[in-house]
Amino acid sequence: MTITINAEATEIPDDTSVTELLKLHEVKMPEMVSIELNGEILERDKYESTQLSNGDSVELLYFMGGGAIGI
Amino acid sequence: MKPLEIPEAIRLQLVDAAHAGAPLEVCGLLAGREGRVDTFYPMTNADASEDHFTMVPEEQFAAIKDMRDKGTQMLAIWHSHPASPARMSDEDIRLAFTPDVIYVISSLVAPAAEALRGYAMIDGVPEEVAIHEI
Repeated sequence: MTITINAEATEIPDDTSVTELLKLHEVKMPEMVSIELNGEILERDKYESTQLSNGDSVELLYFMGGGAIGI
Repeated sequence: MKPLEIPEAIRLQLVDAAHAGAPLEVCGLLAGREGRVDTFYPMTNADASEDHFTMVPEEQFAAIKDMRDKGTQMLAIWHSHPASPARMSDEDIRLAFTPDVIYVISSLVAPAAEALRGYAMIDGVPEEVAIHEI
């Protein structure tokens, strides 16, 4: 099936979960990724149980944070 | 890595934002083309902390989509250090996950107050990148 990842059409196997998508996409730190699925933020505890469908739009971003703590 | 070019007007936006948010850390994204910044996207610091920041995913996604619509790309992730030097802290390094961007920090501490410094993460180690004001 075809989904878009960060606005690029991508072929993935049927019955792919979000967790599996992160592996397919070779995301190095999946626990530090924010995901928007069809315009809605997907909570991290839903990655495993959420199955993707043909035509879905997925946006991936790494967590962005930091700070002077401990400098 | 090539130097990051930042127009004076945007550098001043960063300085103003850092002062306005002090003593809390302030953060945002810098976008542009070919190493030249043309847009500053202020982000909410969800931590509202003096020594930590976390960007809000909804705002991050909105900014990225706007960059895509304009044909620009995210060049840098910026935040302020209100009371410490403009260098990567251990926490900054630990949380520097985004590839191919420059991490820009501004400090409000003298003697280099309001100066910007940029860093690229190379194999997990920050290396300073020149910032040219244009």
